[in-house]
Amino acid sequence: MSIVYERSKGLTDKDTHYCPGCTHGIIHKLVAETLVELNVLDDAIGIAPVGCSVLAYEYFNCDMQEAAHGRAPAVATGIKRCRPQNIVFTYQGDGDLASIGTAEIIHAAHRGEKITTIFVNNAIYGMTGGQMAPTTLVGQKATTAPFGRSEELSGKPIKMAELLATIDGANFIERVAVNSPANIRKAKKAITKAFKCQIEGKGFSLVEVLSTCPTNWGYSPVKSLRWLEDNMIPYYPLQNFRNFEEV
Amino acid sequence: MSRVLMKGNEAIGAAAIKAGCRYFFGYPITPQSELPEYMSKALPEAGGIFLQAESEIAAINMVYGAAGAGARVMTGSSSPGISLKQEGITYCAGAELPCVIVNVMRGGPGLGSIQPGQADYFQSTRGGGNGDYRTIVYAPASIQETVDYVMEAFDKADIYRMPVLILADGMIGQMMEAVEIKEPNKIDLPEKDWATVGTKGKRKPNIINSLYLDSEKLEQHNANLQKKYNKIEATEVQYEAFGLEDAEVVCVAYGTTSRIVKNAIKHCNDNGIKVGMIRPITLWPYPYDVFKSINPKAKGILTVEMSAGQMIDDVRIAIEGRLPIYFNGRCGGMIPTPASIVEDIKKIAGGK
Repeated sequence: MSIVYERSKGLTDKDTHYCPGCTHGIIHKLVAETLVELNVLDDAIGIAPVGCSVLAYEYFNCDMQEAAHGRAPAVATGIKRCRPQNIVFTYQGDGDLASIGTAEIIHAAHRGEKITTIFVNNAIYGMTGGQMAPTTLVGQKATTAPFGRSEELSGKPIKMAELLATIDGANFIERVAVNSPANIRKAKKAITKAFKCQIEGKGFSLVEVLSTCPTNWGYSPVKSLRWLEDNMIPYYPLQNFRNFEEV
Repeated sequence: MSRVLMKGNEAIGAAAIKAGCRYFFGYPITPQSELPEYMSKALPEAGGIFLQAESEIAAINMVYGAAGAGARVMTGSSSPGISLKQEGITYCAGAELPCVIVNVMRGGPGLGSIQPGQADYFQSTRGGGNGDYRTIVYAPASIQETVDYVMEAFDKADIYRMPVLILADGMIGQMMEAVEIKEPNKIDLPEKDWATVGTKGKRKPNIINSLYLDSEKLEQHNANLQKKYNKIEATEVQYEAFGLEDAEVVCVAYGTTSRIVKNAIKHCNDNGIKVGMIRPITLWPYPYDVFKSINPKAKGILTVEMSAGQMIDDVRIAIEGRLPIYFNGRCGGMIPTPASIVEDIKKIAGGK
């Protein structure tokens, strides 16, 4: 008998608090597996955000800091500048990174901080109960956009990967999704490259992961995966925007 | 080391480096900008890192990260910038992270002025951020005292695992005085075995955090913080006091204002009015107990501040209604004059 599958050593034994059908669990697993496979788990310091993944510090099996809302890239900067020998990553949602924390993420990228950011975009504020995010699609309903997001009132959703890809210090930027086994495999590859970018000292790296929120979207987990494919991917194209390997 | 002539803001930087601080995250703001300017040159020479953050908010959160990774770390700003840092300061207090924050105060509210002020007393001593927390607050009156307390602040921050404030005003930051940057005290500091430096596969993960979703656990965390604060109130009070037992009038002032008040007191004492003084050096914990030494037959207390009257609240708490309390204050970068203080002392002594 041989073990063909086991829980990643990059995760603790704690049960997560995520809703059924939420894809945070998949993304946690991909990050944890990557840290183990690249042999950096013991040197890793993660920064948890404010939002649904606020308790990520209980799930990743490495040293963790919990940051104020949106400030994870600044906290990561403080850590990495003191401890360049460690692998430092932030795990942030779209409210955290694309709204209250835009200054911090843009300037961390601008300085070329040698950190890795996992940016989970589910087009909504999940933890606070389904409010509109800067990433909410036009027409998509939210508890603060009961008639659907109005472009006139709130503008079009912000495309962070494209925005950050204009910054010279950002040396690896890719958008992926976790709505199918094939896309999950691609996401794993992108996350691995992002951490390699840091390990090789190449600069800032970010992977935007399109994710679902069945609870606040009001769809079943299966329908949520389809909604992501039909609505989010057309607006948020899955592609690499910057790759340090090709510079 | 012999005494050298230094500008206050630069002396703060030199003292921090002498105390072992190797990381400074800052943002330009008058009248403290010479501090980040000094650090941008001196820290790399000392093998450290100076980083100019994109904002005051980012700077204090960089401090949070560095402190959580076990570094001796500092940031500095002036009043409106310190307002922006309050989020990070309460997170540092909640997560019990040691760091030193310098406020070179200017006039307020809002953008205020760039002239000296003392109007951040409430913010500093009552907690500018959310939640039940305290920060030790040192209010030095000279550049020598400033460098001495900057060095002490790092030790206290490490001992108590908390943010410590240096509350200077624009005069301290901008003026030059002769100072000696002394060798740091050799004291045993607790090991930072809680810091996030990577597990090396040898221990369970360390977590830096101020979130406790379980109400009972958060109450217990608060109780632990209060226990720490109670200990600080019992052991860390510092002040200067003289002439209290036979005083007709007692003046209370801190920082550079106290030096103006001392001139006025000397004039009054030379002219036959007995005037004592209390100069709090720690604004929190406040030296309440020393007020019990004041002559019960004194005519009154005169509080002098570069504010509309903020420390006067603590003077009222300390006096507990035993004596009348008077106030002489100027705002907005205006400075109380010795003549106006002498005039007030004479009125109080004369029972007017």
